[in-house]
Amino acid sequence: MGLFIAQILTGLANAGALFMVASGLSLIFGVTRVVNFAHGSFYMLGAYVGYSLMQVLPGMVGFWGAILLAGIIVGLIGVIVEICVLRPVYSAPELFQLVATFGVILVIQDLALMIWGPQDLLGPRAPGLKGVIRIMGEPVPQYDIALIVITPFVAFALWYLITKTRIGTLVRAATQDREMVSALGVNQAWLFTGVFFLGCALAGLGGALQLPKGGADLLMDFTILGSVFVVVVIGGMGSLPGAYLAAVIISVLNVFGVTYAPQSTLVLMFLVMVVVLMFRPFGLLGKEEVAGEHGQVGEPERPIKPAGNRIRLLVAAGLLILGLLPLYSGNFAVVLVTDILIFCLFAASLHFMLGQGGLVSFGHAAFFGGGAYAAALFVTYADTPMELALVLAPICAGLAAIVIGWVCLRSTGVYFAMLTLAFGQLLWSLAFQWGDVTGGDDGLVNIWPSDWASDNSVYYYIAFFLCTGGILLLRQAAHAPFGYAMRAARDSARQAEAMGINTKRIQLVAFTFAGIMAGLAGGLFVFSKGSIFPNELETARSFDALIVVFLGGVKTLSGGWVGAAFFEGIKDYLTRFEYWRFALGLSIIVVVILGPEGIVGSLRKAGERFGLLKVPEDAK
Amino acid sequence: MSPILSVRNLSRSFGAIKAVDDVSFDLAKGELLALIGPNGAGKSTCFNMLMGQLKPSSGTVELMGKNIAGMQPRKIWRMGVGRTFQITATYASMTVVENVQMALMSYHRKLYSLTTFAYKLYRDEALALLDTVGMADQAERHCAVLAYGDLKRLELAVALAHDPILLLMDEPTAGMAPRERIALMQLTADILDAKGISILFTEHDMDVVFAHAHRIMVLNRGQLIANGSVEEIRTNPQVQEVYLGGGTLFNAAQEDVHA
Repeated sequence: MGLFIAQILTGLANAGALFMVASGLSLIFGVTRVVNFAHGSFYMLGAYVGYSLMQVLPGMVGFWGAILLAGIIVGLIGVIVEICVLRPVYSAPELFQLVATFGVILVIQDLALMIWGPQDLLGPRAPGLKGVIRIMGEPVPQYDIALIVITPFVAFALWYLITKTRIGTLVRAATQDREMVSALGVNQAWLFTGVFFLGCALAGLGGALQLPKGGADLLMDFTILGSVFVVVVIGGMGSLPGAYLAAVIISVLNVFGVTYAPQSTLVLMFLVMVVVLMFRPFGLLGKEEVAGEHGQVGEPERPIKPAGNRIRLLVAAGLLILGLLPLYSGNFAVVLVTDILIFCLFAASLHFMLGQGGLVSFGHAAFFGGGAYAAALFVTYADTPMELALVLAPICAGLAAIVIGWVCLRSTGVYFAMLTLAFGQLLWSLAFQWGDVTGGDDGLVNIWPSDWASDNSVYYYIAFFLCTGGILLLRQAAHAPFGYAMRAARDSARQAEAMGINTKRIQLVAFTFAGIMAGLAGGLFVFSKGSIFPNELETARSFDALIVVFLGGVKTLSGGWVGAAFFEGIKDYLTRFEYWRFALGLSIIVVVILGPEGIVGSLRKAGERFGLLKVPEDAK
Repeated sequence: MSPILSVRNLSRSFGAIKAVDDVSFDLAKGELLALIGPNGAGKSTCFNMLMGQLKPSSGTVELMGKNIAGMQPRKIWRMGVGRTFQITATYASMTVVENVQMALMSYHRKLYSLTTFAYKLYRDEALALLDTVGMADQAERHCAVLAYGDLKRLELAVALAHDPILLLMDEPTAGMAPRERIALMQLTADILDAKGISILFTEHDMDVVFAHAHRIMVLNRGQLIANGSVEEIRTNPQVQEVYLGGGTLFNAAQEDVHA
């Protein structure tokens, strides 16, 4: 009984930081509609800044002062980020901003590495709260009790701010209809900046507060991001009490998970989320998102036409140059281009369902990694030859996509995205924690191509034909009636249903098709590397694909593979430097600000301006 | 001759409110029937039940003798019912003609095809449909840049794509200029004559209603209070009361003066 209570108390204490970070994310999303991927980074900054301050500020006052100051400083950093990075891209297509915040993650990671070094920092213990108190014989740290007491106060203050003050009224109004708020004479720019300050300050505060329990390290940004997304979604977007409730549920669950089922802690969290969303699609205390409420921003998407003869010739020439690559270049280039081609197919598959179908997935790596693991498992346990494994990989990924898609498509918009993220994490934690079968962190190794294909050049041709074939097939699908039906379901589900189109089924087929293609890419990947590790299923991998799709241009047909080729190419070059994340992050941010239409979209614009491309009548 | 559409005892309540209360009517072949009523009378609820957006609490909706109440919109469409929306719903990322082709692809069950180019399919049919609504010259335009009146006409062409036997139009002229309204309703009436389909529409513009409707039904507080020819409706005292008010306040003021 004592242990039980002690564990509940630990869970409640852990919920504190989680709640603060989650409520910050929820606030920012509610008002600005930006899914702030960098929120975990602000949490990490809070921990580091708090740590440094605690080194200089002495005593009890210094400790708590450092925490408060850390919150304010991180909030101000958030303001700088908002003004420099996000303001220029608010008018870009929806969700484009998350690419910018992804750049911010990379920049902050390397800045933290530069300033605080690679070693994990052990947080100082709180002066005056270093001991434990015994509850029914079980030791409970005094600091935990302090956290349990503090969190409701923060939550209450936040609730008061949001529901009882003028600023809070504006924030709530902006959450519902920001156009109306600006029409009423409220300076939207500063409202956004203010909310960003508050949200980031909360993240920083959370990071500093958990110092005595967890310290500071360079991985905490991504570690917390998954849990934070889960909390926000379970609680319901924009609901503060919901966020608190969900933070408590998740934290308590984690503590018990560690004790009773250490093999499944990670899986547990996401399973809870899936179950909650199946019964309450908008979270425990959330409200339904009204579709189309926020309208289209930016230029409307243009009608598509199959490529003309000039472009076809160009593509054929490009393919010829690629096809002859092993004849005129070295082994290094062949391996590099194999990698790029595989990543291009992966990105193109996501681009297909995102661009044509409007289905934003945060967990597409589930199918890439899933296909790779399927192939690797068949090879390891059934001695399957490569040829068969390359067929089984997309089939398994497709089957997974049918199941996952069926569940996820019950929700829409950002909830759909979060559900896909949850399933991605679910597969990752399976691969990570089910060590007996998947090898856990050690992965599966010795998965090589058949003898005839073991030469790099031969394997290059396999990848070349399957990847370009896959990409061309996806493109053909976009021009075919199926692609049109996807766009119909995206543009106006109401009209589509009224003309006999089963929109959910179209979307499920599209989701599965994209999953199959990603699975094929995964199968090719595992044989080119000879091994597979859980990080191919990670959220970061899904984000990679998402980033390149936006970077290349969502509202274009070739955005996916162009973005992927650009990203992999530049990454290969930059990773030779020590602070490559910093450089990559900055380049992403620059591309985002200079070309909010993405690379292909911006090139098309430029081509039209200089008269190289014909401008359609209606786009003038 | 048996009616195309036969509605019996249709009701729908939201909590304690009876939005539509025991509505029954028939729609004959080739008839242009108007459903009017003040704001909140239950027109939209009634329409949404006919089109499958909303399940009725009770009652039946028979299309050519088959009960369609509670069916999904796409099933009802397959049975030959076309519709236009109060606020236009078109596919903004496609051209005008592709919007119509989309409906034709759905009608011919080609939605899952991967082998053909969509822009080539049923193009002539689509152009012919655009021609009937006078939009053929704008076929290649980008749908996102069309004027609202043109979107309404496009929607009409889309609704006609599967050769419907019944057309349901929810406020077909809402948001249009007066001249455009008359033109659109004239066009609708012409199509009805040419194709022999039946049309049920709701409308707020009385000029449009009285100029074109063959018969008018008046809904008030969920109940059908009148159903008859244009002339009958025009002179019906109950309808006048609903639209012009019973003069309660005016009479009260008169009494005050006399008192």
